[in-house]
Amino acid sequence: MISSLETATPMTPFEERPHESGHRTAAAPRVATPKLTVRGLSAWYGKNRALHDVNLTVAPRSVMAAIGPSGCGKSTFLRCLNRMHELIPGARAEGTLLLDGKDLLGRDVDPVTLRRRVGMVFQRPNPFPTMSVRDNVAAGLRLNRVGGDHDEIVERTLRQAALWDEVKDRLGASALSLSGGQQQRLCIARALAVEPEVLLMDEPASALDPIATAKIEDLIHELKERYTIVIVTHNMQQAGRVSDHTAFFYMGDLVEVGPTEKIFTNPSEKRTEDYVTGKFG
Amino acid sequence: MNPLRWRRFVNVFWTVASGTGVLVALIPLASLLWLVVSHGAKGLSASFFVSLPTPVGEPGGGVGNAIVGTFFMVGLASLMALPVGVGAGVYLAEKGDGPAGRAIRFTAEVLAGVPSIVIGIVAYGLIVTQMRRFSALAGGVALALIMVPSLARSTEEFIRLVPTALREASLALGVPGWKTSLRVIIPTALGGIVTAVLLAVARAAGETAPLLFTALNNQYWNLDPTQPTASLTVQIYNYAISPYEDWHSKAWTAALVLLLLVGLLNLMARLLSRNRMAGAR
Repeated sequence: MISSLETATPMTPFEERPHESGHRTAAAPRVATPKLTVRGLSAWYGKNRALHDVNLTVAPRSVMAAIGPSGCGKSTFLRCLNRMHELIPGARAEGTLLLDGKDLLGRDVDPVTLRRRVGMVFQRPNPFPTMSVRDNVAAGLRLNRVGGDHDEIVERTLRQAALWDEVKDRLGASALSLSGGQQQRLCIARALAVEPEVLLMDEPASALDPIATAKIEDLIHELKERYTIVIVTHNMQQAGRVSDHTAFFYMGDLVEVGPTEKIFTNPSEKRTEDYVTGKFG
Repeated sequence: MNPLRWRRFVNVFWTVASGTGVLVALIPLASLLWLVVSHGAKGLSASFFVSLPTPVGEPGGGVGNAIVGTFFMVGLASLMALPVGVGAGVYLAEKGDGPAGRAIRFTAEVLAGVPSIVIGIVAYGLIVTQMRRFSALAGGVALALIMVPSLARSTEEFIRLVPTALREASLALGVPGWKTSLRVIIPTALGGIVTAVLLAVARAAGETAPLLFTALNNQYWNLDPTQPTASLTVQIYNYAISPYEDWHSKAWTAALVLLLLVGLLNLMARLLSRNRMAGAR
């Protein structure tokens, strides 16, 4: 595992090392409390173990990219973070997942409440087909009976998602009338409208063309001013462009996690190097 | 024969053979339509739709009370069958993967295969023997028993067609599961559910056997659910088995009216489901 001491800055996630916490505090007095802490996370689909003992932390208002070949467990990891894995029959997770230091996997934690704090954007745009553009953005607010000025929130989140100028004249149109890239930004606006603290993105640009992809990536840069983002991506260039930290998964193991620049230029693990240089995967 | 010519021969042979199969299959359908229209059309007049039946030999008369009776009993049946059938379908689609769901699905399949005359006997035993009278209510119950299983299964199928991605999108917004079903999944499947309802109504409107000894028949107008009630199908049956030429031609005309009614319902269902497909792309 990497030593993160040299690279630890207030915005840097670090390997969980309880023994050294005193030392770290001394070295960097304003180390941010991690937004997400993952300790000993393992996940199964039936009898297949999809994740082995994953340990990492994500600093607030940073972007963590999860990379790795297909089937490496990165999407499973993402789904565990807001307990969406529970929707898959036979899936279960063990270990400790802390959001602001509070356990998320406990039986007494309501996944519904958790998902309002940890939003998710999916691989394929999935706007609600029966709703207009406006209603899609406000869906989380309306369905959860959240009060407030919905029109104002719709405009603000659509602006945040860099979609406002394109749809402001057709807020009443069906969400399906938008292009694929617009639909995906609509889904991002929809996720932002419920004001989550963490945004999970599962290959959000893999179904989009390069221009739409660039827009989503720009958006991620802006969103990290306010949100903590974990993004799964197949595209290593994309991970390099958008993330502050990168976690490399392989065969259900977290092989290495560290600052993105280090993972791509000077990884500690041979397998990471082989993957990021394109020797496999 | 060289291989190419042989292949062409085989191609032509099977094209002709399958085309002939289509024509043969269409002959009964076309002759049925022709027979009903050619025999029934000459008796068709405005008064046929609104008049009461007349005794043998008396000119004029119609099946107005039977048309009303059919709508009345199908309406009663729908009141009973729609909540139960659609509700069961929603349950099967949302929670029907366990043993209870399998048992219900199996029961619905068995029930859908029960001959309609048997359903009639059941309604006779349940209602008619208790009330000591034939009634629209007994006819409605019999028709409802026919509608429920097909409604449940087709509602389930249409709800299962809603992409999982929409359910995930809603749950990821922190919307509880029941509200996701009610406000996202069912509205998306609504076009399909309405189609299923129309097809079930059309099926019930065309049934004779369950009404023969439940609603019996009535020569007069009736909208009292405790009284025997006329229906198009039973009226056709009575006219057809009578020895009178006059009533035979009325049976043909009533059959044409029934065919138009059921055809219209089916057409509406087809149009709706086509629009729904277009909406979902």
